[in-house]
Amino acid sequence: MTMEIDTYRRLDPSTVLAETDRTKKAAAMQYLAQQFRVQVLDILHEKGTGHWGGAASAAELLVALYFDTLRARPDQPDWPERDRLVVSKGHASCMIYTVLAHRGYFPVEELNTFRQLDSRLQGHPCMNSTPGVEMSTGALGHGMSVTLGMALAARFRKQDWWSYVLLGDGDLNEGQTWEAIMAAAKFAPPRLAALIDYNKVQLDGPSDEIMPMDPLDEKLRAFNWNVAPKYFDGHSVVDILDSFDWIRRQDRWPVAVIYRTHKGRGVSFMEDNYVWHGSPVDDATHAKARPELLKTLGELEANL
Amino acid sequence: MIQPVRTVAMRDVFGATLLALAERVPGMVVLDCDVATSCKTRAFGEAYPDRFFNCGVAEANMVDVAAGLATCGLRPVVSTFALFLTLKGADQIRNTVCYNDLPVVFVGGYAGLSDSFDGPSHQAITDLAVMRAMPNMVVVVPGDALEVQQAVEAALSRPGPTYIRVCRNPTPVLFEDQPPLEIGRVRKLRDGADLTLGVCGVPTSMAIEASEKLAQEGIGVDLLEISTLKPLDVNAILASVSKTGKLLSIEEHNRYGGLAEAVALALAKERPTKMDYVAIEDTFAESGSYEALMAKYGLSVDRIVEKAKALVTSCGPNAGESL
Repeated sequence: MTMEIDTYRRLDPSTVLAETDRTKKAAAMQYLAQQFRVQVLDILHEKGTGHWGGAASAAELLVALYFDTLRARPDQPDWPERDRLVVSKGHASCMIYTVLAHRGYFPVEELNTFRQLDSRLQGHPCMNSTPGVEMSTGALGHGMSVTLGMALAARFRKQDWWSYVLLGDGDLNEGQTWEAIMAAAKFAPPRLAALIDYNKVQLDGPSDEIMPMDPLDEKLRAFNWNVAPKYFDGHSVVDILDSFDWIRRQDRWPVAVIYRTHKGRGVSFMEDNYVWHGSPVDDATHAKARPELLKTLGELEANL
Repeated sequence: MIQPVRTVAMRDVFGATLLALAERVPGMVVLDCDVATSCKTRAFGEAYPDRFFNCGVAEANMVDVAAGLATCGLRPVVSTFALFLTLKGADQIRNTVCYNDLPVVFVGGYAGLSDSFDGPSHQAITDLAVMRAMPNMVVVVPGDALEVQQAVEAALSRPGPTYIRVCRNPTPVLFEDQPPLEIGRVRKLRDGADLTLGVCGVPTSMAIEASEKLAQEGIGVDLLEISTLKPLDVNAILASVSKTGKLLSIEEHNRYGGLAEAVALALAKERPTKMDYVAIEDTFAESGSYEALMAKYGLSVDRIVEKAKALVTSCGPNAGESL
């Protein structure tokens, strides 16, 4: 296993951050997201606990946010003017931590303490434990409201930070999220953006069976949101960067972008399969899944 | 003896307090759930529209919006009916505000039986139990309108969350020209050696009157106004029961989870003490006038006197010193 871990190329995150060519940077971030998937799979396997499905689903979105878009100072996590990102789908914690660690918020070695006693890396994100975590999440449905509060604070304090929330299917089941969607349209603070990781699979099965949410874009428009004219590909960094460009061009708030994603992305037998919402990654699964991730990683390496 | 000369509604003073603090606490923002007219936050909202957020009838969202504001350095005061705030907003109070120890002030209006005519659907008799159960939460039950103002001021200078319980109706002003309420400190209202009365909230005036009646019958009451249920002023309560050896708690709340249990929990560990309680006897009340409901559901001067005498009789006087 130790040998295996060393067989793939890790990008230097600072190089990715510093890249100024958009195409090259997109390719690097695309690689980084896949690289983080390998690391997340390894951690979940080693710890025997955690959520693969939602973590893999959000990899490209989180990487694009933290390595391209968010104004952030990892050495000063409470920098008052930073952009806010609330990851409402807190079960993606292992991916969040992996991105934050490589972005410089805390040592990468600390990822090995995930979900263990005395760790700063709780099962679901805790803002007072982990540098860079903007809001504790895990119980679904909270993020939209909290992010609205952050956007209202920016307006009140005449600051121009952005307030982003990353929502998953489960969040959209919660009544509170729709309370918040109503309230966000009422108060309409600038620079409030909901990013929806729409993988359409929940813990118990496909969203269409558990709680259908289509037509999601029309629902949001009916709630007076400014919704992106198309569903973006949440696994294409190029597409995600285009969506961020669209967001920055808007002047009617709040805005929502729906990203079509796939739960468990990157491993054929886990993709779109509710079983891999939170099932432990055992030895056999790990041995079968990891080569698939590495194969794709190798393909992405050619684009660097 | 405290002899109240006027009555004032806690909610009116709460509303006036927000206006009075507006300039002194520039980061203070106020949130309400379509009951700003009832809970008296409306005047603040009209005077400071950019600092007021009427969130509609959606408590869960309101609490988390307040949390988001608090993470950005603002000082939210969240107001609505105590029942809806503490139950419909319970997940948000727990998972967002208390878990992260955010400085949000919760003001639960129309508390206890004070939304009397609206009936059990609106009467908050479990709010203290729910709020006490939340780690990091401070729970304050003012005894008169002046203490509401003092509690709000004190809560706004705390680093974490605070719950303040507020009555709808006019109640006697008890603490004119007295030192202000201090969070975490018992207010000693009377010295006596035979029995400790521990009271919070609106029944405080009843406990004062009952103590006088008991004194006339030769029973010396050590009267403690325990306005902070959490953290409890354990030392003050211990000092009292070490003298009297018995304690009667009095609260406008279900008998589970409120003052009685808070005191019993502390005394069980530090100094097991014979206790009884005056509280709502694990039942829903009904519609009616506030005074009539209080009397019917167990909160009256006569009830306090009766239970106090029974407790003294069962223990004998000065049981504390005999221990």
